[in-house]
Amino acid sequence: MTRSRLLDALVRLPPWLWLSAFFLVPFAITLKISLSEAATAMPPYLPVLDWKGGLEGWSTFLEALHFQNYETLAGDALYRDAALSSLAFAGTATAILAGVGTALAYAMARAPSRWQPLLVALVVVPFWTSFLIRVYAWIAILKPEGLLNAALLRLGLIPAPLEILNTQGAVLIGLVYAYLPFMVLPLYAVMSRLDPTLREAAADLGAGPTRVFWTVTLPLSAAGLRAGALLCFIPMCGEFIIPDLLGGSDTLMLGRVLWSEFFSNRDWPLASAVAVVLLVLVVGPIVLFRGDARKAGAEAAR
Amino acid sequence: MADREGPLLRIEAAAKRFGAHAAVDGVSLDLAAGEFFCLLGPSGCGKSTLLRLVAGFESLDAGRILLEGEDLASLPPHRRPVNMMFQSYALFPHLSVAGNLAYGLKGLGLSRTEIAGRIEKLLGLVRLDGLGGRRPDTLSGGQRQRVALARALAREPKVLLLDEPLGALDRSLREETQGELRALQRRLGAAFVVVTHDPAEAMALADRIGVMEAGRLVQCGSAAALYERPASRYVAGLLGDVNLIPGCLGAVSDGLASVETALGPFRGRAPEVDLGEGAAVLLAVRPERIAPATAGEGLSATLVETTFLGERVRRSLRLPDGTLLRTSTPAGAAATGWPEPGGSLHLRWPPDAATILPA
Amino acid sequence: MSALTRTALGLGLAFLYAPILVLVAYSFNASALVTVWGGFSTRWYATLIADGPLIAAAWTSLKVALASAAIATGLGTLAALALERHGRFAGRGLFTGLVYAPMVMPEVITGLSLLLLFVGIGLDRGLFAIVVAHATFGTGFVAVIVAARLRGLDRSLEEAAADLGAAPARVFASVTLPLIAPSVAAGFLLAFTLSLDDLVIASFVAGPGATTLPMRLYSQVRLGVNPEINAASTLLLATAGVLVLTATWLTGRRTVA
Repeated sequence: MTRSRLLDALVRLPPWLWLSAFFLVPFAITLKISLSEAATAMPPYLPVLDWKGGLEGWSTFLEALHFQNYETLAGDALYRDAALSSLAFAGTATAILAGVGTALAYAMARAPSRWQPLLVALVVVPFWTSFLIRVYAWIAILKPEGLLNAALLRLGLIPAPLEILNTQGAVLIGLVYAYLPFMVLPLYAVMSRLDPTLREAAADLGAGPTRVFWTVTLPLSAAGLRAGALLCFIPMCGEFIIPDLLGGSDTLMLGRVLWSEFFSNRDWPLASAVAVVLLVLVVGPIVLFRGDARKAGAEAAR
Repeated sequence: MADREGPLLRIEAAAKRFGAHAAVDGVSLDLAAGEFFCLLGPSGCGKSTLLRLVAGFESLDAGRILLEGEDLASLPPHRRPVNMMFQSYALFPHLSVAGNLAYGLKGLGLSRTEIAGRIEKLLGLVRLDGLGGRRPDTLSGGQRQRVALARALAREPKVLLLDEPLGALDRSLREETQGELRALQRRLGAAFVVVTHDPAEAMALADRIGVMEAGRLVQCGSAAALYERPASRYVAGLLGDVNLIPGCLGAVSDGLASVETALGPFRGRAPEVDLGEGAAVLLAVRPERIAPATAGEGLSATLVETTFLGERVRRSLRLPDGTLLRTSTPAGAAATGWPEPGGSLHLRWPPDAATILPA
Repeated sequence: MSALTRTALGLGLAFLYAPILVLVAYSFNASALVTVWGGFSTRWYATLIADGPLIAAAWTSLKVALASAAIATGLGTLAALALERHGRFAGRGLFTGLVYAPMVMPEVITGLSLLLLFVGIGLDRGLFAIVVAHATFGTGFVAVIVAARLRGLDRSLEEAAADLGAAPARVFASVTLPLIAPSVAAGFLLAFTLSLDDLVIASFVAGPGATTLPMRLYSQVRLGVNPEINAASTLLLATAGVLVLTATWLTGRRTVA
């Protein structure tokens, strides 16, 4: 018994240590630095904890901490807007994804079973290919002299090229495109495992195809929908590449604000405060759907 | 509209193939109103497919299915006035028991109170009063079975299709439920079609049994008729233990025929179809019809083994040519005439207890 | 299959693949303009091969991906075993969260906090830092894939081995490991591609010293559409395609179970 307990502990020790050191501790540090102030030094923030100062060092250190970065964030409309628009972008894109993803996943689950592995592979392949490149590909399609405008002009549907790139619409297209596999896969996983006799039973009891979908298929796929929404919403809140490449300079999202505070303004404490705010925003949904989060990951990776 | 004279449900030369496999191969069947019919056969014989053809989940490759004289072909499942109880029950896990029962009632143009009243009645019918608010996964197997039954009855179908309705229940519960199902069908007067692989269940439930083999309906009749007068070796063996003695068909007279076997000549009920004199046949005798005879008549045999089975005693006997026969007698009956194992005796059976089957 | 199903599948797959196909097609465009087809040409591939910094960045990425995927595979497999085979333990909830959270965590947060850690403990930014960062978020993905396989595995196989006298280590080596090997390999490939793909985390922790391929591509992409990037993208897509097919084959392969 004790030997096997020892073995159990040995099995989980390495991941415990690694993830604590490189995932948990960094958050604590981020939280601490968000309470510091910027300085032109290396590292560019104050105070730096003096380990050798003993108790006195600690108290000076603690006294020097302050909430000024959060006051800046709260006071400046730029940051407030960035937070709100992050949520709005992620929320809107998640809603669109729920519709598009449900349609696609349902179609996959209803396709002949010998095609289904191929269809799953086709949805998974983009997920494995470079995110940066897939977003970049949209520039050539969406820009004023791009393919979409060229096609629409040729068809005579529009008189002059549409301004799509560098708008909110382009960001939404990019978000929906890049995260579609994350929505489709958990939904498909649930839908393909639904007992087909449940649909037959509903039809047998007089429900037409539409009623069967709304009263049986969809409610029983709710877990997949929640998982997909979680997998999309959380990373989208902090998305950087999509707003940066497809959005205009006025497209504000927290991920982008954090990036520019860090790389352009070199304000590490403020960037840390943005990270903490972002974390709080996304921790909400995680807590809400805690049980689904793990399953969601499992479905997506499959 | 409805053909009052004709059968309630008529299946005409129904056929369904899955790839190269003929699941249902030219089945014709008439079902009367209020009849309790059983489709009996091993798994894969096409009985469930036939049920699904009637319900509309599969479409016919050939033939017709008529309900009260009306062809069902153009009706999708949700418009057919038949309902099905699924083998897996297929209870909606996200709905309560009442929600499951209400599912089929919505869309019938009933008011909310009417639906509630119907649900109460259905719950009473299957003795689940007060369980309407429960979720299916909190019920026992027997309770789930009754919810599935009540749900299928909610729309008052003209024909109720039941796919292995008792298959998931354990033995004691199954026997009890057989009686309930039978009583329920009598009370409602609806036609029931049950699919089962269990001959005892078919005999306990049905007015009429249709035996299926490899997609074909091979014989149809009451339990007694099928048991006493099987048309083939397959049906004879399916419904119970049987002794088969190979032989050669002789002359036929008055419904009886003679059969020449290695053990000598026998008489038995002539086959329904004319096989022609000299045809290879099997003489089929049920074990319980074989009795000891006084010396000098019947067959001489040696008792090999006696097995006590509770209500019956089974004996295994060896004939002079090495053939083994099995007999079965009520345990309470006196053991007169039966020797100890190793002893010898004579056996006989009445000529009408033997059925002549094509070999 | 109904017309509706076909339409949904057609539109969905077209949406997923149109941008990728456009990219690949224009990587063979002789013209430098995106909307003008100037005939078939491989000139951008030639330019690509001659692009020293880009090739160097590709090598850096490859080294980082190999090293980080190897670490992530080891840690992820152990984590999956801890979660699926080694029972309940104190802090299991936190452990589960730690394993899976890096997968959904916005990359800017992971990147920034790791950088702050590295600066705080005085670790030099650069190649090693990227490897550590990528191994951290790759671990979760490997754990998910291996755990799914472990869940699907008939536990009585391991119990039978133990019953036949195998010690835990031998049970693992002779029964568990061979059965989960395909998923471990698939996990490695996923961690490898994710590392190869990552821009945000690498940008934070790389510092001035190391440049990965996505970082190099990003700096050029910001300047607009560029046929040479199309060519590089096509090669990356082809690599990913081969890896996906391999991983699908590995996870789909039926082992005795």
